[in-house]
Amino acid sequence: MHLAISIDEAVGLIPDGATVMLSGFMGVGVPDGIVHALADAGKKNLTLISNDTARDTTGPGPLFAAHCVRKLICSHMGLNTIVQAQFASGELEVELVPQGTLVERIRAAGVGLGGILTPTGVGTKVAEGKEIVEVDGKSFLLEKPLTADFALIAARSCDYVGNLAYMLTATNFNPIMALAGKTVICEPEEIVPVGMIPPDLVKTPGVLVDHVIKTSA
Amino acid sequence: MDPKILIARRVAQEIEPRSLVNLGIGIPTLVSDYLDEGMGVFFQAENGAVGMGHRPPEGMTDRHLTDAGGRFVSFVPGASTIDSAFSFGLIRGGHLDLTVLGALQVDEKGHLANWMIPGHYTPGMGGAMDLVTGAKKVIIAMQHSAKGKAKIVRECTLPLTSQRRVDLIVTELAVMKPEDDGLHLIERAPNVPLEVILEMTEAKLIHGSDVPEMQLDC
Repeated sequence: MHLAISIDEAVGLIPDGATVMLSGFMGVGVPDGIVHALADAGKKNLTLISNDTARDTTGPGPLFAAHCVRKLICSHMGLNTIVQAQFASGELEVELVPQGTLVERIRAAGVGLGGILTPTGVGTKVAEGKEIVEVDGKSFLLEKPLTADFALIAARSCDYVGNLAYMLTATNFNPIMALAGKTVICEPEEIVPVGMIPPDLVKTPGVLVDHVIKTSA
Repeated sequence: MDPKILIARRVAQEIEPRSLVNLGIGIPTLVSDYLDEGMGVFFQAENGAVGMGHRPPEGMTDRHLTDAGGRFVSFVPGASTIDSAFSFGLIRGGHLDLTVLGALQVDEKGHLANWMIPGHYTPGMGGAMDLVTGAKKVIIAMQHSAKGKAKIVRECTLPLTSQRRVDLIVTELAVMKPEDDGLHLIERAPNVPLEVILEMTEAKLIHGSDVPEMQLDC
């Protein structure tokens, strides 16, 4: 069972220099409360792993506006002007990863695999410096697991065991990152009594969740 | 006809009934407007939707239901949601029948570049590399040139998206198909002379003496 903690307590767990996975896709399925709180707390030198950087004020946007991030690992950053400026000036180091490879590298870390073999990126800039593995006459890139000190997760519903249910396209990277972070912090839209989420609807079992953030309701 | 609508209508003719299709951002998104809903096509979005429908009316949107561009969408009956790993499993695993994407450049070999302009703008590849590598069929839907600069070139100078050859290129001027022996011009847009297409194309186009016009009224 978990006692829900405040956003400030959650932010206090995350030190400067931490590697943080942040779920979401173009600002949907992002734990927005903790993003804003991390930005307000002025965290420094974070390595951020996130599918995309959304826009200047959505998704992970506030973390860039507050200069919290030193290194970014993502698949798309084209719609955030702050990220583009920080990348151009050299303030922000960026590793671009094809989206399907990004999610599988995270999953690999979460499920104990030593990496994945993917055809995506073979023969492109993405393959530079990576091992090519031939399987049955086909070429694949060896892509290594991607782990993080913290995974910050958004869920529709959470109970006090930490079981999580998601909604529609707000699911995206959430259940995968919940497997891969060393410490998993969830910011749900609602916390419900244990038993309220039918077992078949639990997409992340509570055993994976370390901390649940209190809702304002 | 608006060039973007012409492209969308021509691409829509390529879509098979009951297929699974992913539409990229921009012109490709328009393609679904020109399909008969009775065809039973399911649209997939990278962010985890199978069975996306049109944008709902104002006041009926749900902030948990968006397409891969972050825009509000609806679901058609029979839709489902999946996580990002499953979504790219569909894409890479050969379950996606067709993807329609935009491009910065396409070349004579059918290679595509659409994710960065070194030194100028680096948006990133998002799902494009997986889509081009994994989809059964790839169609490029784009304007023939950008501000007078050719986009259909002899060889891509921008970083490639994949080494896979795309299947078809549709622009407001022409339909082209890359084959082993080069890039074939197979259709002209209505009332566009062959000379105009050749002048606007840097790549060498293989064509017969009489290139048929697109048939858009079906």
